[in-house]
Amino acid sequence: MSWIIGIIALSVLALVAGLILGFAAIRFRVEGDPIVEQIDQILPQTQCGQCGYPGCRPYAQAIADGDELNKCPPGGQATIDRLADLLGREAKPLDAAHGAEDVKKVAVIREDECIGCTKCIQACPVDAIMGATRQMHTVIADECTGCDLCVEPCPVDCIDMLPLPSKPERWTWNLEQIPVQNITDAATAQQSQGGER
Amino acid sequence: MSAVQKYSGNDADIRLWSFPGGIHPPERKAPANQAPIQRLALADEFIIPLRQHIGALSEVQVAVGDHVLKGDLLSAPGIEHGLPVHAPTSGEIIEIGEFPLNHPSGLSGPGIRLRSDHLDSWGERKPLADYQQHNHLEVLEHLQHMGIAGLGGAGFPTARKVASAQGIDCLIINGAECEPYIAADDRLMREHADEIVRGSLILQWLTHAKSILIAIEDNKPEAIAAMRNALAQANENTLATQASELALKVVVIPTKYPSGGERQLTQILTGKQVPANGLPADIGILMHNTGTAWAVCRAIDHGEPLLERVVTLTGEAIRRPCTAWVPLGTPVQHLLEQVDFQPEAQQRVIIGGPMMGFTLPHLQVPVIKTTNCVLAPTRKELPPAGPEMPCIRCGACADVCPASLLPQQLYWLANANDYDGLKAHHLADCIECGACAYVCPSEIPLVQYYRQAKAEMREQAIEHHKAEIARQRFEARQARLEREKQERLERHAQAAKAREEALAARKQQPQASDDGAPRTPAKPDANTDPVASAVARAKARKAEREAARAESKESPAESATEAAPPEDPKKAAVAAAIARAKARKAAKQKDEDS
Repeated sequence: MSWIIGIIALSVLALVAGLILGFAAIRFRVEGDPIVEQIDQILPQTQCGQCGYPGCRPYAQAIADGDELNKCPPGGQATIDRLADLLGREAKPLDAAHGAEDVKKVAVIREDECIGCTKCIQACPVDAIMGATRQMHTVIADECTGCDLCVEPCPVDCIDMLPLPSKPERWTWNLEQIPVQNITDAATAQQSQGGER
Repeated sequence: MSAVQKYSGNDADIRLWSFPGGIHPPERKAPANQAPIQRLALADEFIIPLRQHIGALSEVQVAVGDHVLKGDLLSAPGIEHGLPVHAPTSGEIIEIGEFPLNHPSGLSGPGIRLRSDHLDSWGERKPLADYQQHNHLEVLEHLQHMGIAGLGGAGFPTARKVASAQGIDCLIINGAECEPYIAADDRLMREHADEIVRGSLILQWLTHAKSILIAIEDNKPEAIAAMRNALAQANENTLATQASELALKVVVIPTKYPSGGERQLTQILTGKQVPANGLPADIGILMHNTGTAWAVCRAIDHGEPLLERVVTLTGEAIRRPCTAWVPLGTPVQHLLEQVDFQPEAQQRVIIGGPMMGFTLPHLQVPVIKTTNCVLAPTRKELPPAGPEMPCIRCGACADVCPASLLPQQLYWLANANDYDGLKAHHLADCIECGACAYVCPSEIPLVQYYRQAKAEMREQAIEHHKAEIARQRFEARQARLEREKQERLERHAQAAKAREEALAARKQQPQASDDGAPRTPAKPDANTDPVASAVARAKARKAEREAARAESKESPAESATEAAPPEDPKKAAVAAAIARAKARKAAKQKDEDS
């Protein structure tokens, strides 16, 4: 008889717990996947599509769904390491199939060659190109992510990807550099200075 | 002689505190601070960088070939409290472009090259006579237009600093000048004490500070005496008219490096610590350098922009060490030539002092607003750092750190690129004074590591900010494209609906006008279905066209006029034109043949 009581008691407990869990699942439902948000925060937001997804957020979603971490050339190894850290996965070297890590670049339109076709404007994922039909276009350098997407559609090939110029206010002290020293004496330094001008 | 005697100069009611750590390096101010401030020969060419301060870059107002007078505006005041630059002497603008900057990186930046005409003739000066008659905004704008920046070190625009600091109790004029070798403020206080006091009073008027403390280290007795005299006079003249209980005092502080740091001096004078990530203004303090007070006085009373500053020229490689009035933009090379510079092999030239200064990569850089010292030491005098040895965890650096940080810990974290750890150990509070590296027995260039880590963290913050903006722009664009797509679909749907309605109306109209048979010969079922009716129409048109073509094939000559269907006059006209052109061509050919 006692085994029947046991079964009944456990069944009642299971039912109650199930009801509580079911209620919690509806009441405390999480909108979206917060891990996607966190991955998206780490990705460099160049929106270049080199990973094969149309933008950083879709790739973040894909990573959350189990895709590889090493498909983001603009982020490079640093991003891969941080993603691996976040997700507790193994950090692999960058997948060469998606491109190589490069210096930061910015798109520059050679403005006198621009024919005003607006094709680059349509390609820019962050609306960083200004211009109108048959008017010259130009890149807002501060907003450009260096994604390369505007270069391909340009019919006259007037867009260059130039490395970001190094500015003193964003200069990072380089300890490994060979110290530059003026080894000539003042007289010859002046002479060479005079020769230059 | 004794320390007690030195401090006894302070009033009884002044209490001094101290800051943790600090060092006592050899002062070596002696050769440079002996003679009065000199005037050296003007350079032939000046390089005026557009950015000599913290703030936005401003726009050039002159063109190549322009002749400018001393004090003329070269660049616009600019936005966001940017500062203009002015012509340091009269002459001709010969180049506007990129020039090597007075910066440890050795990078180039935008600037203006000016060839001096050696007349040094002044342009128009607009003093703000009786500044108290103007409102504060006008005075601040005047200071901005005069290009006044902090002459102490960072070059922060003075007007901005004053404007952002409201509710100030105490204005501190910083004449501590704690770094070895540097004597620029010392000489300025000795020779222009009255102007410094006047500038301090202007700054006090702008900030409504209740007291002014002029802090000077006790190793400058002449400067202390000069400032005391000037204060006594000011108390007689100015304070009587201001009719306030303004406390105006010279405070003598013990010599200790880095007592001239903003946070350290605040702590010495008030006993309060400036909060991390905060400003002295948060605890009711505003600090300006003595040089800045002098520049403010010149700008208001004489209408002189910030064109020159006192620069200490010292070090054993310089035969005639001195302090000198140097027009901003003077190349360092020219300065050194004037003071009998005898370089040894691999001579280092340091901008700033031995503790916080940086070595110049070459001498073709100009003096800017923040250049207080050009130091050319011999190797014997200031040996270059030896090879870096491992940290032995002796803790000497932690003992001397004026910010109570753990330099050895920061060093490990910086080496490991552990930026979160560096943040947790408050790297941002490091003032880069170099005391830790000075005492390090392993000769580790600690400050270099901190500077690099700081720069890296700043870079990461900028990148993160940019990424955030890019993400927002990307999402905004996606939303816009989606919205446009929806709008297009809606428009199509509406157009389709309108077409259907029009069709329905047309179908009903003939039935309404006459109840008899429909005008169109098409079948009723084709009428109800728009697709079927369209197909029927197309078929009819095709048949018509085919018939026309067949006819034209039969009689090609007359086709131009006869074959074309009468309901298409346009087509007929075109065909006629083609036929005419052909006939003309044939006639022409015949003429040529014959």
